[in-house]
Amino acid sequence: MGSNSQTENQAAQAPESGPRRTFLNFLLGTSAGATLVAVLYPVVKYLIPPEVIEAAQNSVVAGKVKDIAPNSGQIFKFGTKPGILIRTASGELKAFSATCTHLDCIVQYRPDQKLIWCACHNGQYNLGGHNISGPPPRPLEEYTVNVRGEDIVVSKG
Amino acid sequence: MKAQAAQQWLEERIGMSAVTKLAQKKVVPVHRHSIWYYFGGMTLFLFMVQVGTGILLLLYYRPSAETAFESVQFIVSEVKFGWLIRSVHSWSANLMIAVLFIHMFSVFFMRAYRKPREITWLSGVVLLFLALAFGFSGYLLPWNKLAYFATKVGTDIAGVVPVVGKFLLRFLRGGDEVTGATLTRFFGFHVAVLPATATLLIALHLVLVQKHGMSVPPSLEGKPYRTMKFVPNFVLRDLIGWVLAVGALALLAAVLPWELGEKADPFASAPAGIRPEWYFLFMFQTLKLIPAKILSFDGEVIGILSFGVGGLLWVCVPFLDRSPKIAKLLTVIGVVILLYIIGMTIYGYVG
Repeated sequence: MGSNSQTENQAAQAPESGPRRTFLNFLLGTSAGATLVAVLYPVVKYLIPPEVIEAAQNSVVAGKVKDIAPNSGQIFKFGTKPGILIRTASGELKAFSATCTHLDCIVQYRPDQKLIWCACHNGQYNLGGHNISGPPPRPLEEYTVNVRGEDIVVSKG
Repeated sequence: MKAQAAQQWLEERIGMSAVTKLAQKKVVPVHRHSIWYYFGGMTLFLFMVQVGTGILLLLYYRPSAETAFESVQFIVSEVKFGWLIRSVHSWSANLMIAVLFIHMFSVFFMRAYRKPREITWLSGVVLLFLALAFGFSGYLLPWNKLAYFATKVGTDIAGVVPVVGKFLLRFLRGGDEVTGATLTRFFGFHVAVLPATATLLIALHLVLVQKHGMSVPPSLEGKPYRTMKFVPNFVLRDLIGWVLAVGALALLAAVLPWELGEKADPFASAPAGIRPEWYFLFMFQTLKLIPAKILSFDGEVIGILSFGVGGLLWVCVPFLDRSPKIAKLLTVIGVVILLYIIGMTIYGYVG
């Protein structure tokens, strides 16, 4: 009885020392860490949206020849992305990606200046799709245009 | 007698007298710069207006690409006083950010961030960033054309950040493009994540202000100055400001109701004259002026990283201000930044 209370007393005096305490702290720490990781990992993974696999679309009917006047442009859907179809003043058909290479806005054709213009940050591209003025760092991706009957067919590559 | 008993009953259970004693002890220094002390409280008031009107808007708003625009249209055209609630929410948001900027710059120029108020400054700057995040996420919710492109550009900017850019962009957009998934996310940020975080930080900010008391400008330090009691003298003056703010909000909402614009269309060109809210305009205008290439780097990357580094340094101001010489330099830098922001904002509207 007397010796028992003496050991209790010792334990109370030095609760932080001893290999047993260190070992228990280690166990507690690693279990807490593992629990935290087990909770956080799925949460972080959940936050990242899943990749949506799209069927690669290489060509699309962008419009009808009769619907696009000379010196004008229109936006068309190329899969999930916008493209721009332009009929130059001389009647030539051209198509580009409509996504501005600067900060992702959608460009438009400016008939008054005969060039492609992005309203967001005043970026300008010529009718070859090259960035000629303003902040865009790269040219627009150019697509191939073919006319099949009345349909304007735009394709990549 | 009954009231006294009730008071006694409550006191035994919640012990509010500690708080009332603290409020009675609190004083506000009176000097020629005292006017700036009102802007923190004004920000808090406008935040409360945002919470109130925000909850009201939630009753009718429907967060999806198919329904968001129509539901806001319904709020402003069909719901009784819907136009008022929505306009007050938009105007109050803008006023709150304006007042927040004033509050921050006044703290900066009076060097109220010095020891032991570093964490008060830190929480305040983070609250400013949260307010901007509130503005950015809320702007998309009506799903109109301007909002759509503002979000495209804004999230694309996040994508420019080295290493984590791609992750950030997909995290913010909920995919690779700005779609209904983005709207759902922004809605979640705007009505749950941001309010919860902001409320906690505001609590910390206010507790620290109580703990340290009001700071006085360096020129008055160590000298005797007059004070006024916080309750009721300062609170009543605050209240006058808040009543005036309610009047201003009602006037703005009635005379200049917030426009809804056209519904967003992911396959339409960005409209001419597009620009973000005024508090992002100085950054927008800078990005517009930066050339495509600086040396061999993309201009936009340089511009965006500079703003990032600038923001980080701004957070660190209390730790940079370590000598009278640096303090003077910081004041000059502060003036230059303020002039730059004002100048670029005006240029953004005029140019």
